[in-house]
Amino acid sequence: MFNKKHLALLASAGSLTLASMATAQADTLEDTINNGSVRCGVSDGLPGFSSPDDEGNWQGIDVDVCRAVAAAVLGDAEAVDFISLNAVERFTALQSGEVDVLSRNTTWTTTRDTTLGLNFTGVTFYDGQGFMVARDLGISSADELDGASICIQSGTTTELNLADYFRANDMEFNPIVFDTSEQTVGGYQAGRCDVLTSDTSQLAALRIQLEDPEASMILSDVISKEPLGPVVRQGDDTWFNIVKWSLFAMINAEEYGVTSENAEEMLESEDPNIARLLGQDGNYGEGMNLEADWAYNIISQVGNYAESFDRNVGMGSPLEIERGVNALWNDGGFQYAPPIR
Amino acid sequence: MSVRPNFRPAGHKPPFWRDRAKRALIFQIIVVAAVAAFLIYIVNNTQTNLDARGITTGFGFLNNTAGFGIGQTLIEYSSQSSYGRTFVIGLLNTLLVGGLGVLAASIIGFIVGIARLSPNWLIAKLANAYIETFRNIPLLLQIFFWYFAVLRSLPSARESMAFGEAIFLNVRGLYLPEPLFESGFGLIPATFVVAIIASIALVIWNKRRHEATGKRLPVFWISLVLIFGLPLLVLVVTGVPVTWEMPVLRGFNFGGGITIIPEFLALWLALSIYTASFIAEIVRSGIQAIPHGQTEAAQALSLPRKLVLRLVVIPQAMRVIIPPLTSQYLNLIKNSSLATAIGYPDLVSVFAGTTLNQTGQAIEVIAMTMAVYLIISLLVSMFMNWFNARVALVER
Repeated sequence: MFNKKHLALLASAGSLTLASMATAQADTLEDTINNGSVRCGVSDGLPGFSSPDDEGNWQGIDVDVCRAVAAAVLGDAEAVDFISLNAVERFTALQSGEVDVLSRNTTWTTTRDTTLGLNFTGVTFYDGQGFMVARDLGISSADELDGASICIQSGTTTELNLADYFRANDMEFNPIVFDTSEQTVGGYQAGRCDVLTSDTSQLAALRIQLEDPEASMILSDVISKEPLGPVVRQGDDTWFNIVKWSLFAMINAEEYGVTSENAEEMLESEDPNIARLLGQDGNYGEGMNLEADWAYNIISQVGNYAESFDRNVGMGSPLEIERGVNALWNDGGFQYAPPIR
Repeated sequence: MSVRPNFRPAGHKPPFWRDRAKRALIFQIIVVAAVAAFLIYIVNNTQTNLDARGITTGFGFLNNTAGFGIGQTLIEYSSQSSYGRTFVIGLLNTLLVGGLGVLAASIIGFIVGIARLSPNWLIAKLANAYIETFRNIPLLLQIFFWYFAVLRSLPSARESMAFGEAIFLNVRGLYLPEPLFESGFGLIPATFVVAIIASIALVIWNKRRHEATGKRLPVFWISLVLIFGLPLLVLVVTGVPVTWEMPVLRGFNFGGGITIIPEFLALWLALSIYTASFIAEIVRSGIQAIPHGQTEAAQALSLPRKLVLRLVVIPQAMRVIIPPLTSQYLNLIKNSSLATAIGYPDLVSVFAGTTLNQTGQAIEVIAMTMAVYLIISLLVSMFMNWFNARVALVER
């Protein structure tokens, strides 16, 4: 008997086999405009990245990418259908056309980029894998974890990194693999494992959900590179460009100091960079079949990258993650968007 | 089929569409061709679409390095093994829980089913309560119950329940001492095999003697002593060439010995107990299907109740029991794929879960997984059909 998840997966795999020839070279932009909303795949509840708030509105840095695309394409950041996917379902859902953008804390890797018929459009968050342990174990570093039982979520790059790290350091571990992050935390809390491993940003989010967050700590070791970004189907370059530049517009807006609050005044700005960004000088949306105010819509409705980061995962949120490597390139971080010109 | 009189004048053949046999043949050919064409279209279309989307296809990924760890492996496995190996590991874990589940469910099911017919009021009602409780609660909930409610409430590794400093039970699992065999141990299994052969010979001889003379020996007890006593004797004589590796608490966990993970225990308990309730009902209905006259006739021969059951009722009941029993075995094996809900590394969790996601080869992986369940089920069916044919009543 397959459970619901596998049934859904099977259905997606089945729909892949049955998908008609016509959709092979689909025009996602046209479909989205006809549909009136962007179909966006998000996680099944990860605070800071994508999770519904008290009123059922999706919030998070991954969610903001979807909203930015909707603002650029449809002029309305609210016109998004959020479809929550678990780690195993996500790629099949995108391949089979169930969603048009996958913005679900997904790590950019060679295999995923080259063999799945998908393309990563950029990096919304530079992350790395870490460990959460109970404080009373008295552990201060990851190299003391020899022989530990480790709770982990299935279908993530985390599983691979973990095996690599322990092998490289000649240590042993005992993996306990769960289906969802909720079950993984459940296993950790019940003492089934000593350690919970995941991307550090997720650990921060999971830790504040624990019954007693103070009893657990996140080790400072980071054992992998996890660039998380949005993904689209291969073969529709216009759509690929739209998703890619929606994120770049947010990053550029931060660099030039344009925020959701001052966007309207900035329309009068003399700065040529800002004039080009906001569509006052030339139409840089044309190449993507968008209106000239595409970036203005993103910034005024969703905000720039700094605003999104701060309210979702940064100091303005319960997660309180430092900008760190996610700061702009001219501020000591990696976030760097090509210029709009 | 109706038989129609043949009024056809000789020498004159009717057109082929008036010939019933030819018409039937043509329709069958059309149906087969249509199904084949549909399958070819599906396969072709899938291939074209996958190519158009730049998705890699084929089974080459099975040779690639898996690179992830698995919690329970029955054969050698490391993160350097291939994806093909993860398939085998998952399959073995599925077969382990399926096989032991079938065994436990049969034992519990037969006991409860017979207990339900017991003349003892309390035993019959207890058996009834067991059946009605476990049969009517969804299996997934029962798995969660055993895993989250029962096994999760066990103490932590450092506060394990210890049984004689050799067996430890905690939230991480059940830790048993592992026997390490020294040279000379080979004699013991050899004696064991000899004892079994001797017992079989004894049973056959006893049966012949019983038929010829009416006398018989208590072969059951003699065989029992032979099979267990003889190897034990050899064990003592050879000076016990076994050492036990005890589980010891090191660092985080117990090391050494044999570890039975709680995910396995929870799944095994839930599957066995759930399926046993159905088997009990099958056994009960099988026994009740035997006309009461058979029991009465046996009792009239003053056979004790034990022998009435063993010699008269159960052999006849078996032919009613086996076909539905087969379905229950198949259900149990297929239900074991619920393992993924609690993190037991079965085929669905390891292969259709992690491997699928690492490689993204959804169609290949799901097809292989489905094929495995299909093949296991067909094999079980085949065996049970063979067994059924053997125990079926021989009509005279």
